[in-house]
Amino acid sequence: MTANKTIITDFLVDQMQMPVDIAFWVEIVVVAAVYLGVFALLGLFLVWMERRAAAFFQQRLGPNRRGPAGLFQTIADALKLVSKEITGTEKRDKFLYTIAPYFVIVTALMALAVLPFSQELQAFDINLGVFFITSVSSVAVIGIFLAGWASNNKFSLLGGMRSGIQMISYELSIGMVIVAMTVLTGTLQLSEIISFQQEHGWSIWSGHIPAIIGFMIFMIAGTAESNRTPFDLVEAESELGSGYHSEYSGMNFAYYFLAEFVNMFIISAMVVILFFGGWLSPFGITDGIPYVGVFWFVFKTLGVVMLMMWFRWTFPRFRIDQLLTLEWKYLIPISMVNIVFMALVVWLGLTF
Amino acid sequence: MSYFGDIASATKTLISGMKITGRYFFVNFFTRKEIITVEYPDNIDTLKMFDRFRGEIVMYHDENNQHRCDACTMCEIACPNGSIEIIWDKAINEETGKPKKFLEEHIYHLEMCTMCGLCIEACPADAIMWGQNFHHATQDRSHLTKSLNQPGSSFIPGYKNPKK
Repeated sequence: MTANKTIITDFLVDQMQMPVDIAFWVEIVVVAAVYLGVFALLGLFLVWMERRAAAFFQQRLGPNRRGPAGLFQTIADALKLVSKEITGTEKRDKFLYTIAPYFVIVTALMALAVLPFSQELQAFDINLGVFFITSVSSVAVIGIFLAGWASNNKFSLLGGMRSGIQMISYELSIGMVIVAMTVLTGTLQLSEIISFQQEHGWSIWSGHIPAIIGFMIFMIAGTAESNRTPFDLVEAESELGSGYHSEYSGMNFAYYFLAEFVNMFIISAMVVILFFGGWLSPFGITDGIPYVGVFWFVFKTLGVVMLMMWFRWTFPRFRIDQLLTLEWKYLIPISMVNIVFMALVVWLGLTF
Repeated sequence: MSYFGDIASATKTLISGMKITGRYFFVNFFTRKEIITVEYPDNIDTLKMFDRFRGEIVMYHDENNQHRCDACTMCEIACPNGSIEIIWDKAINEETGKPKKFLEEHIYHLEMCTMCGLCIEACPADAIMWGQNFHHATQDRSHLTKSLNQPGSSFIPGYKNPKK
């Protein structure tokens, strides 16, 4: 293992007189701890944002008591969940029941590692970045299946199967859209996708019609993938009785809840990277200033998150047959045609 | 409808739905104008309940401490769970010289009342009506048994029921 030259390793080796190999591992631990902390807080912030936005969509006020504008409300909720007893059914499979939430939350946090927050700030610039995100986040389905199975409750099992069907189906059209965008950018590496957009303009502009079709499919499939309304048949509190996590309580339940919101952030970040130029500023107004990209990246991502919240509080929930009809009869054929269309556009040089 | 017609109409209807909720969001995010939430304990001084709110039953008294109830007991008969008890007596009416009922006490058991409103519908003289007060919590159950006619009040002399 050889250490890359980074700020943290430089600091550890030069200032702290640490051997290079140890500095490498210390850096990994530090970065992991920082990411974990930041995204635990991000999940809480997104829950707060969801509740406030939902309230405004429904002409309510939402949480506004704990802290400024109710910001500490979700921290209080998390503390309550930590202090709750972890219960479960009598004949559950204890091992699988315990590890199932970690499949979901760990995969959600792993996908965050490759996100480019700015030119300088990216933990892990793998050359298969987009592929890494899709493959890692599809492991979360296993956590959901396991939760349904290990609860030893027939309704949990049905809920797990239902959400498995949904997540596996919609991953297909997400993958197709990613293929189409890869045809345009010519790379899977996230930093290179963004540098392509720096040269040619944001993908939604340079890829015009097929990119806009791809964006719409990605938003629909991404909403379904992160199990949000109108595709939240996974939990559907009022109709289906919470599905796979109906037997979970306390922090185990909170992991699923947080993972849903972190997944929403990842999907939005993917939209921003693939279509809206990642950390690039509009018209290059802040180009060359280091770390300002973080602001633009988070700003754009929260904008897309806002769009998903807008969907959630506007549209009614699908039936399971409507959900599968939408995916298999509409999204997949359209996204397949879209790949060919995008290839033609790139081949004929019709991009900007 | 055709395949592409479905897609077009779906897009159109989804956007028209998002327009409505989007307007709510932006109006409420920037101005809080259309928010209908009432922050109850904070606005206790300015809180005004709407007229049709069913808080309790009260008896109308005019400025001379006079009410319209001539103790016909229609409300007592109409009440399905016996929340109303009327104590009445008879006295000689000086104008006509005939004995006539008058109200001694209109007892209202708030703890039994389900706010169904049948007594108010039954009252021919509109003597009782809805009150908007809802702060009914007390330390003792006996506080919930109320006397609706104020002490020292009397029947409006010569008041005629418009419906009788």
